[in-house]
Amino acid sequence: MAVLDKVAVTSSEEIAPRGLSTRERWVRRLPLLPALIYVIVVTQIPFVVTVYYSFQSYFWDIPAPAHFTGFSNYSTVFTNPAFRGALVKSVIMTASAVIVAMILGVVFALLLDRKFLGRGVVRTLIITPFLVMPAAAALVWSGPMLDPNFGLLNYLLAPVGVQHVAWLSTHPLGSVIVVMIWQWTPFMTLIVLAGLQSQPPDVLEAAKVDGAGALATFRELTLPHLRPYIELGVLLGSIYLVNAFDQVELMTKGGPGTTTTNIPFYLYQQVNNAFDIGGAAAAGVVTVILTIIVATFALRMFARVFQFEEAKG
Amino acid sequence: MSAVTGRPADVRRGRAWMGTVGWGALAWVLAIAFFLPVLWMAITAFKPESAAETWPPKFVFSPTLAEFRLVLSGAGPYLTHSLVATVGSTILVLILGVPAAYALAVHPVRRWRDGLFFFISTKMLPIVAAIGPLYVLALRTHLLDSTALLIILYTAMNLPLAIWMIRSFMLEVPGELLEAARLDGAGRLREMTSVILPVISPGLVSTALICVIFAWNELFLALNLSVTSAATLPMYLISSVPQEGLYIAHLSAAALVASVPVIIVGWIAQRSLVRGLSMGAIK
Repeated sequence: MAVLDKVAVTSSEEIAPRGLSTRERWVRRLPLLPALIYVIVVTQIPFVVTVYYSFQSYFWDIPAPAHFTGFSNYSTVFTNPAFRGALVKSVIMTASAVIVAMILGVVFALLLDRKFLGRGVVRTLIITPFLVMPAAAALVWSGPMLDPNFGLLNYLLAPVGVQHVAWLSTHPLGSVIVVMIWQWTPFMTLIVLAGLQSQPPDVLEAAKVDGAGALATFRELTLPHLRPYIELGVLLGSIYLVNAFDQVELMTKGGPGTTTTNIPFYLYQQVNNAFDIGGAAAAGVVTVILTIIVATFALRMFARVFQFEEAKG
Repeated sequence: MSAVTGRPADVRRGRAWMGTVGWGALAWVLAIAFFLPVLWMAITAFKPESAAETWPPKFVFSPTLAEFRLVLSGAGPYLTHSLVATVGSTILVLILGVPAAYALAVHPVRRWRDGLFFFISTKMLPIVAAIGPLYVLALRTHLLDSTALLIILYTAMNLPLAIWMIRSFMLEVPGELLEAARLDGAGRLREMTSVILPVISPGLVSTALICVIFAWNELFLALNLSVTSAATLPMYLISSVPQEGLYIAHLSAAALVASVPVIIVGWIAQRSLVRGLSMGAIK
């Protein structure tokens, strides 16, 4: 376990010298090309086609062929409160799930960093929710756990006065977020735990000798050390959670009304219920542009957070 | 400290012991609470349907395998499609990913850093945004509702992660080994097959396991682009929720059957899980 050095990023030219022969350059490039071409073809072409359809009126329940409509799909997207609503829901869901999962992750990691009987088992129990198929997690939570009439949660909460709450209709957004938190806390735990275990013990020892309290040590030493790990966890968690679809589709179908309709579910509905390929494409393009803006910051964070071990010469 | 008289040290040791037990107990309680939904899923799966939907929930009942039999009797084709898509895409990921990682780690291309960032940036593009056009493309290329399409897409989904991860393993291959092979007159291909691959093979196994987890659990693409001839296990799981009637035990059994392979894979890969999830950033 260890190390996520904050190595300064140096320019690549230093490592792979410019003076290589053309032949050598191609010999080096050759193994990269299949994967590069593959990823370009499979991930970029659909987006190019998306841009194309965003300017077309194309309903696939109508036999009429697609035709050019200019920016009308876009003006629909921007004037449509449903899209804005979905955008807000996506931000709320992702942010609250990532933040709470990270706080819980830090708590779990601090506990797991101590020695106690059965630590390996506890660690295994804690990572398991991450491994449960998201569709299974969503269904098990909405039925056996949260059902108003026979769900386990109402039973466990009965002593504190909770009586047959229909969680999915009274707290739909909260319920969906709880399942996201449940599945992503293990991820945060593992990343923070790796950070804790990479902390040099002599520094902590020195702090103790100097008479620093546990809380002060945590705030002044441990937390700054954990920072890149926390950033990495938040970043990766957000990348996955912003695309969360399974929980919404299987727990609430975006409802009641549109209370839990996030961007993935909104686009899914546009294609599958409204049959509006053009409209969905325009919404998709707007989503991608917003993502690129966020991702630019994220990529910069990546460069800072990731150790950039230099390639071999 | 040992020279000091016994009592204060004893007290201190006693307090430290209490602390250890206390924190340990807290960790256990939290972990069990956290694990409870999984446990409840497993318990409910063994209930007869009539014992699954009761108030208060039953904790004592005569366990039955009836629901498992029912689930497994219909799971065949879904299981096959999931296996084909998962194993197929993972193999393809390794075939494409190992050479690519080599070109970004061992004898790097000039702009290897840009290459790495290009791969990771594709993970940030929301695939949901392209789902409509993807459907049309699949329809036009006659790939709709085929496991081949799922293999193609799952490969693209996991490849960036795999390249980052495999690269991090390749960087750990000792330079002396490569040097020695070179002095023996080994070409690039021999360097790969006789030096690098043997050293990184445990790393390749962890990479494969991570890819298996993500491919096995994937629902969105499968749901949108498959109907029957490529319907995967998560889709079977959804179909186990009927419109009416008792279904909780059946659903739990189906959820357990669908989840167990990846849970076991994850438990086995525990040590390398964090490295895979951080794409090789954390060891």
